[in-house]
Amino acid sequence: MNEKTELKIIGKPVPRHDAWEKAFGLTTYADDFSIPGMLVGKVLRSQYPSAKIISIDTSRSERLHGVKAVLTAKDVPRNETVTRFGQTHTMGGGFEGLYRVLADKKVHFMGEAVALVAAETEEIAKTALDLIKVDYQPLPGVFDPIEAMKPDAPQVEEGKSNIITHYEVVKGNIEEGFSEADVIVENTYRVPFVDHAYLEPESGVAWIDENGVITIRVSTQVIEHFRGIADILNLPHNRVRVIGTYVGGGFGGKEDITVETFLALLTFKTGRPVKLAYTREESILCHSKRHPYVMVYKTGAKKDGRLTALQAKLVSDAGAYVYLSPWVLLYSMVDAAGPYQIPHVKVDGYTVLTNNTFTSANRGFGAPQVCFAYESQMGELARRLKIDPLQIRKINYLEKGEALATGQVLEHHVALKETTDKASQGLGEKSSATENKKIGQGIASGMTSYGRMVFLHDTSRSYVSVELDGSVTIRTGIQDIGGGQASSLCQIVAEILGVPLGDIKIYIGDTALTPLAGTTTATRQLYMSGNATLMAAQEVRKTLLKKAGEMMRIDPERLDLVDREVVDTEGSGKSLSLIEVVKACASDGLPLYHVALFKAPFRNLTEYERIEGQVFPDFTFGTHAAEVAVDEETGKVEVLKLISSFDVGRAINPLSAVGQLEGGAIYGMGYGLTEEMIIEKGVILTPSLSEYLLPTSMDVPDVETILIESGDGVGPFGAKGVGEPSVCSVAPAIANAVCDAIGVRIFDLPLTPEKIVKAIKEKKEVR
Amino acid sequence: MKLIKTYTLEININGEWKKAEVSPDETLLYTLREKLGHTEVKEGCGKGDCGACAVLLDGKAVNACLTLALQAHKQKVITLKGIGTPENPHPLQESFVRHGAIQCGFCTAGMIVSAKALLDENARPTREEIKKAISGNLCRCTGYKKIIDAIEEASQKLRRTMNDKR
Repeated sequence: MNEKTELKIIGKPVPRHDAWEKAFGLTTYADDFSIPGMLVGKVLRSQYPSAKIISIDTSRSERLHGVKAVLTAKDVPRNETVTRFGQTHTMGGGFEGLYRVLADKKVHFMGEAVALVAAETEEIAKTALDLIKVDYQPLPGVFDPIEAMKPDAPQVEEGKSNIITHYEVVKGNIEEGFSEADVIVENTYRVPFVDHAYLEPESGVAWIDENGVITIRVSTQVIEHFRGIADILNLPHNRVRVIGTYVGGGFGGKEDITVETFLALLTFKTGRPVKLAYTREESILCHSKRHPYVMVYKTGAKKDGRLTALQAKLVSDAGAYVYLSPWVLLYSMVDAAGPYQIPHVKVDGYTVLTNNTFTSANRGFGAPQVCFAYESQMGELARRLKIDPLQIRKINYLEKGEALATGQVLEHHVALKETTDKASQGLGEKSSATENKKIGQGIASGMTSYGRMVFLHDTSRSYVSVELDGSVTIRTGIQDIGGGQASSLCQIVAEILGVPLGDIKIYIGDTALTPLAGTTTATRQLYMSGNATLMAAQEVRKTLLKKAGEMMRIDPERLDLVDREVVDTEGSGKSLSLIEVVKACASDGLPLYHVALFKAPFRNLTEYERIEGQVFPDFTFGTHAAEVAVDEETGKVEVLKLISSFDVGRAINPLSAVGQLEGGAIYGMGYGLTEEMIIEKGVILTPSLSEYLLPTSMDVPDVETILIESGDGVGPFGAKGVGEPSVCSVAPAIANAVCDAIGVRIFDLPLTPEKIVKAIKEKKEVR
Repeated sequence: MKLIKTYTLEININGEWKKAEVSPDETLLYTLREKLGHTEVKEGCGKGDCGACAVLLDGKAVNACLTLALQAHKQKVITLKGIGTPENPHPLQESFVRHGAIQCGFCTAGMIVSAKALLDENARPTREEIKKAISGNLCRCTGYKKIIDAIEEASQKLRRTMNDKR
C-alpha cells in the first residue's frame, strides 16, 4: 500500500454481492439443491436420554419397497473417532473428545442418532424409520452437572469419569486478596441451555462424482470436517470433498458435524445421491446447545472500589458428548475475571458429562456466561459501595500492556474507557417511570477473543489472480454464514488491486478446489483469511507494479492501482491501463496469481490444567448499555434503549460491522430475557420456535451502535473481529438495568416475568 | 403403502399458470418447493412460527407451510421472485440490500413478502406498523433494525414513484 493514498473502498458501507442474490431469491441454499435420482435420507433417534440398546431389528424396514439402505452402528466402517474442528494440529490433553456416528450399545441423550435410512421418497423413508424396532432398556441417567460430579453418579460413558476437564487460573494469593478487601460479594449465577435457532435447519446433498469422490454439499461452518468424514468411511482424505453453501445462519451450531457423515454413509452404501434435511424439531432435538453454567463468584474490593480479589468456580454442563466443551470452558477461564486488573485471582472450572443434549459452540463460546457473572458482580459491588457503576469499572479496567490473570499481556489497544463513556452517553437521561413501570439503566463491559487458541496452530490460505481482461478471481475455502465473510475479502482485494467490486468474483468453501482457509468460527475469518487475502493481493500488486514501472520507466514505488489503471502518484500524469500491464505480465510468463498462507501466532501447551500465558491472538472490547421498563405487576421487561459500543479496530465494511453489532445485541437480549431451552430429565420441553422464544420485531428497541476504530487489531487494516464479541455483555447490561429498576438482583438467566415478580415479592417480604 | 387420491392443482405463480398433481394433505410450501421449483420459498419450521415461507396468496401474506396446496387452487401466488428480479428490482429488494438488512438471507424471502403485503395496503406505515407487519417473521441475524429501516425507505421511494406517475 502506498501510504500517501487514501483508502478507497475499505471503510465504505458497500452492499454485499451475496445480498443482491439473496434479495432476488437466487441463492441456492443446501436444501434448495437437488440431483436427479436422489434418495431421501432420514435418521432414527433415541427416545430415551439414557438406555441400553438390547437389540435393533431392521429387517422389516429393509424389506419395504423403495428402501435402499438401513444402517446401524455395525455398518459404519469406523463408528468411533475423535472430534476435530478443522484444526490441523492435534492438541492432546483431552481436547479431542469421542465422536460416535451412531449409538451402539447405549444411548446417551434423547435425540442421539441410532439408525439411518435412505429411500426413494420422503414418505417411504418415514415409514422405514417406523419399521425399525429398537429394544431399549432404560437406565438411570444424570441430568445435573453438580450431581454428575459426585463419585457415585451414573457414568454417562461407561468406565469414564463424568468430569471431562478441570482447569485452573491462579494469580497471586486469593486469601491475601480477600483479607485486603473492605467489602466482599459472593453470589451463585446460573445460565440456561440456549439454541442457536438459525432460520435454516441443517441440510445437505451428497453424491459420488464421476471419479468416485464422495461429494457433500452442505450447510456448515467447517468444510474441513472432510477429514473426519473420510476417517469414518476409512477413505483417504482426498476422496471426500465438502462444498459449503451459503449458510442460513450458523452461530456455532453448524461448527460440529451435523448431516454430513450421515449423508456420506448413505451415498457410500447406496451409490446414489442422497438428500438429508432436518425438520426444525429434529434440529432442536439433535444439535448442540450453549453450555449452561453454574458459577459461584466471590469478588472483593476496597472502599474506593479497587478490586482486590476474585474467586470463581465454574461448572458447565457438557451434555452427553464432549464436542467443544473443554475449549468453551477454556475460553471462560481466560475471560472469567473480566477485563479488570485484579491482584489476586483464583478460578476453577469443570466441564461435566450428563445425559442432556450435548453442548458445544454458541456465539461467544464461553465468554457470555462468565460476563453475566463478573458484570453482575461489578453491579453488586457498585451498589454495596455506593459508587457509580461507570466509575467502579473505569478504575479497574485493564489497559494496553497489562496482563490478564492468566498472564497474557494485552499487546493491543484496550478501548474500554472509551466504549464505556460512549455507551453511557448514548443512554442519556433516564426516561420517566409510570405508576407500575419502573425504569432502570445498566451497563456491562466485556472481552471476547477473536481468532482461535494459539495452541491450534491456526492457518488460512487464499488465492488471488488477475484474469487477462483485468477481472479478478479470489479462491479461498471460507464458509459464508451471513456475516459478509466473502464480501469483506472482495473489498480488501478491490482496495489493493484498484478495481471496482463488480470486477471481482470470489469462489469459496470447496475442499477440493479452494485453498483451505479454516473454519468460520471463533470470529476468525476476517482476521485470518482477511490477512491471507491481503497478502495474496499484495503479491499480485507487486508483480503488476513492477512490470508497469518497467513499461512506464517510473519507480514502482511511485505507482498506485486506481480504477483499473496504474497511475503515477507523483503527478507526472502518466498512467497505463491495468489490462495492458496484465497482458504484458502474461506475455513475460509472470505469475498473475498468488496463494498466500497466513499463520496466527503459534504456541504449544505444556501444562493442560493450569491456564497460563498467551492463549489468544487478541481480544475485542466493548460495552453495552441498556434502559429497561419493568412492569412490577406482570414482571414484563421492555428494553427501551440498547447501546452497543465497540472498538472494532477498523470497520472494513461499516454496514457489516454495524450489522454484527445490532444482530449480536438482539441475540444477547434474547439470552437475557426470553431464551431458555428447557431440558427436564434429559427431555427437551421446548422443541419449537413457538416454545423457544426468540426476540421478534415487536420486542426489540432500535439498537444504537457506536463504532470506535483504534486501527490496532491484528486483522487486515487493523481490524478486530466483532461477530461473537457483539453478544458478550448484553445480558448483564440488561440484568444491571433490571436491578436498577426494581432494586433487587436476579442471578439466573433468562430474566423471565416469573422470576422478576418473585424477586419483587421476596424483597417486599424482607422489608 | 397407503394410496392417496391426488388432484390437479391449477395455480398462478408470479403471473404464470401452472399445474401440479397434489394430494389433499400436501402443503403449498411442499408443492412450491418440491414440485414447482420455487426454492426461493424457505422452510424454517414447518409450523407457522418463523414466517420464512411467506407468500402472497391473492395479495395477502400467508405462511405456505400452513396453507394446503388445494386452498390455492385457481388462485394467484406471488413469491419473492415475483416481487422483483435483477432486471426489474422492487424498491424493497434494493433497500434491503443497501441497508444491510440481509445477512444470512434465509428470512429474506418471507420478510420481503410480508413487507410487500403491508405496503400494498398501507403506503405510509409508521415504524410500529412495520414492526407489526413483520412480527410473524423471525430473523436471527440482523436484530430487525435494518429491516425496519429498509421497509421504511422503500415505502418512501414507492410513494415518490406514485407521485411522479400522477
